[in-house]
Amino acid sequence: MTKAELVELIAQRTGVSKKDTGIVVNLILENIGGALTRSDKVELRGFGSFKVKSRRPRQARNPRTGDAVAVPPKRVPYFKASNELKSRLNGGTGDE
Amino acid sequence: MTKADIVEDIAQKTGLTKKEVGETVDLFLEQVSDLLSQGRHLEIRGFGTFKVKERKERMARNPRTGDAVPVPSRRVPIFKVSKMLKDKVAHHS
Repeated sequence: MTKAELVELIAQRTGVSKKDTGIVVNLILENIGGALTRSDKVELRGFGSFKVKSRRPRQARNPRTGDAVAVPPKRVPYFKASNELKSRLNGGTGDE
Repeated sequence: MTKADIVEDIAQKTGLTKKEVGETVDLFLEQVSDLLSQGRHLEIRGFGTFKVKERKERMARNPRTGDAVPVPSRRVPIFKVSKMLKDKVAHHS
């Protein structure tokens, strides 16, 4: 499924126009992306949380040449699903 | 940042009521959960992809007693961050 199909489904149920729904959905994604870019976390109850992990600098090797290469520190965004969401995927109601 | 913060920001930017925005945000999260529980994927350009992965059944141990315990196969939600968002987060400091 794509974003456009999702927007359509949501608009059908809320009565908010497709145009406004599209704008809201884009703003949801922008808010999450923006928070992560600032290394802020986003917690969405019952769904999960988006966070940023720091990776320490390390020495790696170029697998082709075997040369040591310095890998700089970096920040990596990730999503941690809520227990509710995990339970729903396995036939649970998500209420426990 | 919580859902309330996001709703507030969007209501301010769009002029829609907080109620309308709140319903849309809730439905968005609900639809994504629904899709995943149906085993379907959602690809959002420039953001990432929500998908479901199957974890095989395996034997684990009860760390207290050391007993072998079977862990049944299960499905886990995965969010794969798009390259665009990864780069944005990595290079912003």
